[in-house]
Amino acid sequence: MKKLARQVVFYCALLSIWAILAKLRIWPPYLFPPPWGVGHALWDGFADHSFWIGIMVTMKRMLIGYSMSVVLGMILGLAVSSSKFLEETVGGLLVSLQSLPSICWIPLAVLWFGLTEKAILFVVLMGSLLSVTIAMEDGRKQMPKIYAMAGRNLGASGFRLFWSVLLPASLPFLVNGMKQGWAFAWRSLIQAEMIFLSLGLGQLLMMGRDLSDMSQVMAVMILIVILGYLVDGLIFRTMERRLQAKYGLTPA
Amino acid sequence: MSTSPHNTFPSPLPVARRTGVRANVFHGKPASSVTEFPKRPMFEVVVPKVALDSISLSYKTTSGERLLALDNISLEVAPGEFLCIVGPSGCGKSTLLHLIAGLQPQTSGKVLIDGAPVSGPGTDRILIFQELGLFPWLTVAGNVEFGLKMKNLPKAARKEKVEYYLRLVHLSKFKDSYIHQLSGGMRQRVALARALATEPDVLLMDEPFAALDAQTRDLLHDELERIWSETGRTIIFVTHNVREAVRLGDRVVLLTFRPGRVKQEFAVDLPRPRHMEQPDVARTSGEILACLRDEINKSLEAEYADEKAR
Repeated sequence: MKKLARQVVFYCALLSIWAILAKLRIWPPYLFPPPWGVGHALWDGFADHSFWIGIMVTMKRMLIGYSMSVVLGMILGLAVSSSKFLEETVGGLLVSLQSLPSICWIPLAVLWFGLTEKAILFVVLMGSLLSVTIAMEDGRKQMPKIYAMAGRNLGASGFRLFWSVLLPASLPFLVNGMKQGWAFAWRSLIQAEMIFLSLGLGQLLMMGRDLSDMSQVMAVMILIVILGYLVDGLIFRTMERRLQAKYGLTPA
Repeated sequence: MSTSPHNTFPSPLPVARRTGVRANVFHGKPASSVTEFPKRPMFEVVVPKVALDSISLSYKTTSGERLLALDNISLEVAPGEFLCIVGPSGCGKSTLLHLIAGLQPQTSGKVLIDGAPVSGPGTDRILIFQELGLFPWLTVAGNVEFGLKMKNLPKAARKEKVEYYLRLVHLSKFKDSYIHQLSGGMRQRVALARALATEPDVLLMDEPFAALDAQTRDLLHDELERIWSETGRTIIFVTHNVREAVRLGDRVVLLTFRPGRVKQEFAVDLPRPRHMEQPDVARTSGEILACLRDEINKSLEAEYADEKAR
């Protein structure tokens, strides 16, 4: 409760300073809009449905791209962690590829797929695939060996061993990497949308720039922050907490 | 290093004993004429339930040396027999159970179940690990059900069996609890129920009660003995506690320290149910312990030598 009060005070102070600076007119309003201007832009954006459409389009891409990277990343991570040869070769490549910002995939994606939905999804996929793969690999390594042995002992093998033992056993180690993968995917998507002219929040942001509408730019930025925080803070953190409680692990 | 252990570990035992011939069997005297448990046909059976045929295991250490862990172990376990294996820590008794369970291949020799050699794990032999390995993402009932699911049993049959075995270990009330919510003794019983539910012919137990307090352990001894007599399973039970071995076993096999060999076997003919504190259990334990002491000394010497070398 105290924490919440402190946070409320902090944000009120931040808004007040912003409002005062805007009132002082040190910078012109089209470069430094007041909070109410941004509030207006938010209202208008939702009222004319452009923000709703932007959110829908962006979230749809996120879900498709991220789901693909989770499935692919798990398969890749599992393959890499189960063979020494793959670990030394593919594993090393994956780690080095992680130093490549996902926006670097855009030129390649455009040349391969053109300015299409496919290209955007490809960039999202590449943004989070590596995190998920590495998380899966780590998860399997960190997972206590006893579970795999107990599973085999009780008659599990092959896909069933993976699905009913290895996967759940590595889940607490995996969820952190999944969260990181989501964050990477989110960044990649917004970046890609800013370059492609194809609806979405990133494009709304660029549209604000093109119209020299600073209020819209800031409104969309706030929207991106809030959406990103909601998914990370509400969905992933709740998942993490639930998992820890169920597995009897102390919260990290 | 030579693969022959005789150069490095001169054995005081005649060769016949090491090849599994049951020589020098110690018979404990029955304390009373009352036998509450039915006498089992133990040693007359032609095909043993489990047979180890000159099992050896060696592995490479990190320094590249080959270390002989188990040396030419031959053992026969009759159907329905309760066999206890004791030995100092580091004698490879846990490893032996892993070999029987098929979780690890031996270097040479064969593991036979009902006369047929095994390769890989099978639900006819279930191992209860020292660390239990219960699945924290499943409830108590889910854990017990796991092996049945792997056997593709229909749902109704699974439910019935889960209920039966949870009743057997007195955990029906806790079927929806998660593992971390249970006490150590309760976890032991879940592991026992999970192993029993797949209805294996052979139950392999690796120091299952080592981490428990004395009261809980005594209680679980009684339960295990009762369940064993009700279900008629063959049990191979590994422990470092000689009294526990005498308390539970029809027969106690003593392994030597590194490499593990069968040093001696003792038949325990004391009437059941037994108790750890019973004088005749203590007396029999004393006999075995005297024999084990050499091996414990050897294991301690090896540990001190390791320390000095560091």
